[in-house]
Amino acid sequence: MKKTAIKVEALTKYYGKLTALDRVSFEVARGELFGLIGPDGAGKSTLFRLLTTLLVPDGGRATVDGADIVADYRTVRKRVGYMPGRFSLYPDLSVAENLAFFAALFGVKLQSNYDLIAPIYRQIEPFRERRAGKLSGGMKQKLALCCALIHRPSVLLLDEPTTGVDAVSRSEFWDMLAELKEKGISMLVSTPYMDEANRCDRIALCDRGRILGVDTPQGIVARFDEPLYALSGERMYELLSAARRSAGVRECYTFGETHHAIVDPGFDPDRFVRDLAEQGFRHIEIRPVVPGIEDVFMKWMRYE
Amino acid sequence: MGGFLSFVKKETLHILRDSVTMLIALLMPVVQILLFGFAISTEVNNINVAVVVPHATEAVRKAVSRLEANPYFTFKGTLYGSQIDETLRSGRADAVVVFAADYDRRMAALAAGMPAEPPVQLIMDASNTNTATAGAGYLQSVLTEGMAGFSAPETHLLFNPQMKSAYNFVPGIMGLIFILICAILTSISIVREKETGTMEVLLVSPVRPIRIIFAKMIPYFALSCLNLASILLLARYVLEVPMSGSVGSIISVSLLYLVLALALGLFISTIANTQVTALLISAMLMLMPMIMLSGMVFPIENMPGILQAVSCIVPARWYIDAIRKLMIEGVPFADVLDDFLILVSMTVVLIGVALKKFNDRLE
Repeated sequence: MKKTAIKVEALTKYYGKLTALDRVSFEVARGELFGLIGPDGAGKSTLFRLLTTLLVPDGGRATVDGADIVADYRTVRKRVGYMPGRFSLYPDLSVAENLAFFAALFGVKLQSNYDLIAPIYRQIEPFRERRAGKLSGGMKQKLALCCALIHRPSVLLLDEPTTGVDAVSRSEFWDMLAELKEKGISMLVSTPYMDEANRCDRIALCDRGRILGVDTPQGIVARFDEPLYALSGERMYELLSAARRSAGVRECYTFGETHHAIVDPGFDPDRFVRDLAEQGFRHIEIRPVVPGIEDVFMKWMRYE
Repeated sequence: MGGFLSFVKKETLHILRDSVTMLIALLMPVVQILLFGFAISTEVNNINVAVVVPHATEAVRKAVSRLEANPYFTFKGTLYGSQIDETLRSGRADAVVVFAADYDRRMAALAAGMPAEPPVQLIMDASNTNTATAGAGYLQSVLTEGMAGFSAPETHLLFNPQMKSAYNFVPGIMGLIFILICAILTSISIVREKETGTMEVLLVSPVRPIRIIFAKMIPYFALSCLNLASILLLARYVLEVPMSGSVGSIISVSLLYLVLALALGLFISTIANTQVTALLISAMLMLMPMIMLSGMVFPIENMPGILQAVSCIVPARWYIDAIRKLMIEGVPFADVLDDFLILVSMTVVLIGVALKKFNDRLE
């Protein structure tokens, strides 16, 4: 058995003049849960379609479970389990009918791989007669995952599986992926949610067709070596531009309900608040924060 | 093979659960057959005829009673010459037969082979040219019945003497319906998989996509066979189309045509990426030329050369031609062999092109 589940080397894809993927390289080890983190338009879905042999690359090469995605695409199609970005089951068929169809598609008996999907399928089994189109978002994803797993693939490719799913179902979904990892399935999962990155063994941050960096979530965060402060107060929008003009502030950007400021060494927060108070900003709160993956992402994106 | 059957089953479920489409697919042929058979008709039927008789001799009375007795005419009585215009204009009569005052003399002269003025004048309401021509023709044949030496050429309308339009429309509707159901529905159902993204999942599987596509065609083929049966039964027992040829030949030509229509649907699905495009291509590229150029409505012989040439690539033209010959003329299968072979080669070419064009990737 090969040590690498997925190997991508300088993979490039154009759509006309647009460069969807620009010399992307990374490796996913066997049994690894690898995350692709990036906003819409980062090229995540294109990468998935290349790896599932639905598209042909314009440059570079890639192998999935040792099989080349161009020369040996039929082998790739046998070995991967794929869950596309949008819901791709038959809404007019019931849960059980969908599952039976995908089992037949891969030429396997439902019973022979039932152990693999059982923990997931048990959750949707009470609704087995319901049409797939009438399921909730979370349940649809569970069914889609079952269908992608029915043939016991060695590599699972999940394109934004948690997009459009409520927070509880998202968390449950990642628990299921962790369980599958225990069973030795290698996984490549993409997500636009930075908070999900911590559930992966390693992540690649990507933006506009390029990979900004690959590391463990902790490793990525550790690369952020500057002091970081969270800032909040009144008139947040004006505050952002005022903070950017302040001395000692290198960068400031919106982060959820607060602003995050990257500052120079020797930055004095008290003086910063006084300066802003003179400009008429009251009730300013500033406190040091531990950087997260999104901070790294914002930083790398700007240095592109 | 178990896999293949479950694909067929899945496709059948799609059709059965889309009850509207299913209803349309099953009712459309019945409605069209009945519509064309009864409502839309260009045949000589219930033509209102009035006569002008200036001098009622024995011979004239005989001629008039022949008109009265004919089931295809409704006799509206006798008029004065001055009333003709008003009667036609008001629609009380569609045709007026004016007998000459010296009808007997003119007839006698004609019978003796001497030159003479025509003994009868026909005045037709030609606001509907179809009924007018058909009516005039039929009136003429009734009036000249048994007239020795009448100068008009003797015309026998073989196979369809009353020019019943059902005889003409049934093959035409068959040509239309099968394309509608097989080609349009199959192409839409294939394209739907592309549009909703399920095609992506199907492609990323060990099954050759073309097997899935063939599995898709089987339920539509079955549906069309059901329609074929209902059309043939309706045509025979409700519209009383003679089915003079062998039913076996009619069915085998039709089955071939079904396969051709399915291949056409597959071909369209390789060009179109959305259901709307598939529908538009079907409607614009197939339905229109089919109605216009198949000979269903307008005789091909009357078309300008270029359109006649174009009509050669319309499959329905050959199918309708074959079915007309088999159903109405009752010729043996050997006589439609040309049509049959043309349809076979079209099918082979279409399947070939569709398979070559069928892409097992997304681009």
